[in-house]
Amino acid sequence: MIPALGAQYLGAQLPGVDLVPATFNYAALSPILVVLGVATVGVLVEAFVPLRSRYAAQVGLTLAGLVAAFLLLVLLAVNHQTATAGLKVLGGAVLGSVIIDGPALFLQGTILVFAILGVLTMAERLGGVGADAFTPMGSATPGSGQEALALRAGSMTSEVFPLTLFAVAGMMLFPSAGDLLTMFISLEVLSLPLYLLTGLARRRRLISQEASLKYFLLGAFSSAFFLFGTALLYGYSGSVYLPDIAAAIPQGGSELNGLLVPGVFLVAVGLLFKVGAVPFHSWIPDVYQGAPTPVTGFMAAATKLAAFGAILRVVYVGIESARWQWSPAIAVVAILTMVVGAVLSVTQTDVKRLLAYSSIAHAGFILVGVLAFDRTGVSGVMFYLVSYGLTTIAAFAIVGLVRADGAEATHLSQWAGLGRRHPWTAGTFAFLLLAFAGIPLTSGFTAKFAVFEPALRSGATGTIMVVVGLLASAVTVFVYVRIIVLMYFTDSQNDAVAVVTPSVMTTIAITFGAAMTLVLGVWPTELLQLSASASQFLR
Amino acid sequence: MTNSYIPLLFLLAIGAGFAVLSVGTSLVVGPKRYNRAKMEAYECGIQPTPHASGGGRVPIKYYLTAMLFIVFDVESIFLYPFAVAFNSLGLFALVEMVLFILTVFVAYAYVWRRGGLDWD
Repeated sequence: MIPALGAQYLGAQLPGVDLVPATFNYAALSPILVVLGVATVGVLVEAFVPLRSRYAAQVGLTLAGLVAAFLLLVLLAVNHQTATAGLKVLGGAVLGSVIIDGPALFLQGTILVFAILGVLTMAERLGGVGADAFTPMGSATPGSGQEALALRAGSMTSEVFPLTLFAVAGMMLFPSAGDLLTMFISLEVLSLPLYLLTGLARRRRLISQEASLKYFLLGAFSSAFFLFGTALLYGYSGSVYLPDIAAAIPQGGSELNGLLVPGVFLVAVGLLFKVGAVPFHSWIPDVYQGAPTPVTGFMAAATKLAAFGAILRVVYVGIESARWQWSPAIAVVAILTMVVGAVLSVTQTDVKRLLAYSSIAHAGFILVGVLAFDRTGVSGVMFYLVSYGLTTIAAFAIVGLVRADGAEATHLSQWAGLGRRHPWTAGTFAFLLLAFAGIPLTSGFTAKFAVFEPALRSGATGTIMVVVGLLASAVTVFVYVRIIVLMYFTDSQNDAVAVVTPSVMTTIAITFGAAMTLVLGVWPTELLQLSASASQFLR
Repeated sequence: MTNSYIPLLFLLAIGAGFAVLSVGTSLVVGPKRYNRAKMEAYECGIQPTPHASGGGRVPIKYYLTAMLFIVFDVESIFLYPFAVAFNSLGLFALVEMVLFILTVFVAYAYVWRRGGLDWD
């Protein structure tokens, strides 16, 4: 029976079953395709280019690919702006599985900018072979002879560049996925390279490997939650497409009604894990500390952006009309995230862990904007993600430069008195910290305003969240100011700690991040307008 | 709305009850006669292999081989439905399939060049 059945279904005879190939809008997909294509070429470079020219080839290829993808994206956005007035409509690219609309274009462009800055910091070799952030041989046992041999042979893990590109492609697909299964696939595409990148730190190999394993296990666990939630929502609505789920909600009344809320919460677990919201935040400090510092910066900026993009799409395209059933719980998550992130950052003694807890608190602030349920909320969230990401990449790039005996000096006590010996570096870092705190004239202030203002207008819950958010901000101000005091008004205990002079690549990344932090604080209008005009989701 | 969860709760209770009851009953009622064979690791009826030297560590090569096998296994799984539906899919699917095989081939080239296929 089975072969006959197979032939029957696979042929085109049966009504309703047609195997007409999907229609692709290749122009709309071109930025993602370019990134994936360059990543594949990068794997070939790893295979065939000799060791001594591999690093240069990889860096050149990766940056060229990212810039090309960005230019294509700009072209795409500009064309559609002129055609339809406002970055709005650009049809379903693959039968509605991928939707390239205003928010998708905006977020994809930002991810590409983050990726360019991230690759610039990852390519930093501090003037010599054997000083980059990555282990010469990831598969060797830490401290073994094999590792020493690989170091002596001058090998390096230039695989990080194709891996980053694969992650970038997944991140670009994540906020533009029109159905939950595509979203799951892109979640895996972006996660798997990040698990690997986390485990490749040159120094403190064991902590790095531990972080990688923790990230992998917890990430796989949360992906399973996401998939289970998808199954429940499919059972509820009969479809994994977000517009279909949205259409099923007002009808209600079926006997499978009870599947909606569990489905929404399970999908939310998967997504909130990626942004590091509080009951699902435990991986963030360990992973941010263990991962190579440039990877941490890139991951903190870009993963958060991609995951919040996906949350926005699920909320605003899919499940908004059922919000009375699920938004109170997510509001509690947002409040917990702000409070726990802010309070626990007070007790941290390691710079990377401190920035990790601060990133948790920021995830809470952004969630407040998500729960505003209107277009200004969407544009506020997108603005926040851009400004936070740029500041974060620059901050982690600076953390990677403060070193003692060749290794990164991440303990806070080692930063004492840094302001006197290295005024520029310490000054820039202090400025970035003020931006994290949300002091006026930095992008952090504009961004907090952009997410809190729509939340205030959304009602009582929004007001409570904003009040908690302001209190949490006040707590984080204490943390950041404490570091600034430490850098400028404390005598140095050891002279071993010094800021190494970076190459032009890291300098570009830090300068761009810090400059944008200032520009978005002083003249935010342009980007605010862009994010507002790009804030309409295509249903 | 809450009513629709009650059967689910029943199912949960029955499932948990069955697990607890069957394990618990055999703990309480079952005879406990241990001998050497019973304490050994169960390997599907085969004579258990002794621990490898170095504390039971397995060379990473095994996992590498298994992973490579899965890559090509998945490739062939994709080829089957493609071959069955080839007539109705036409040129588009052929191009897609060539692209897919090329991508897997890139992975193969990487593994081959970087020594993943050398056993020693």
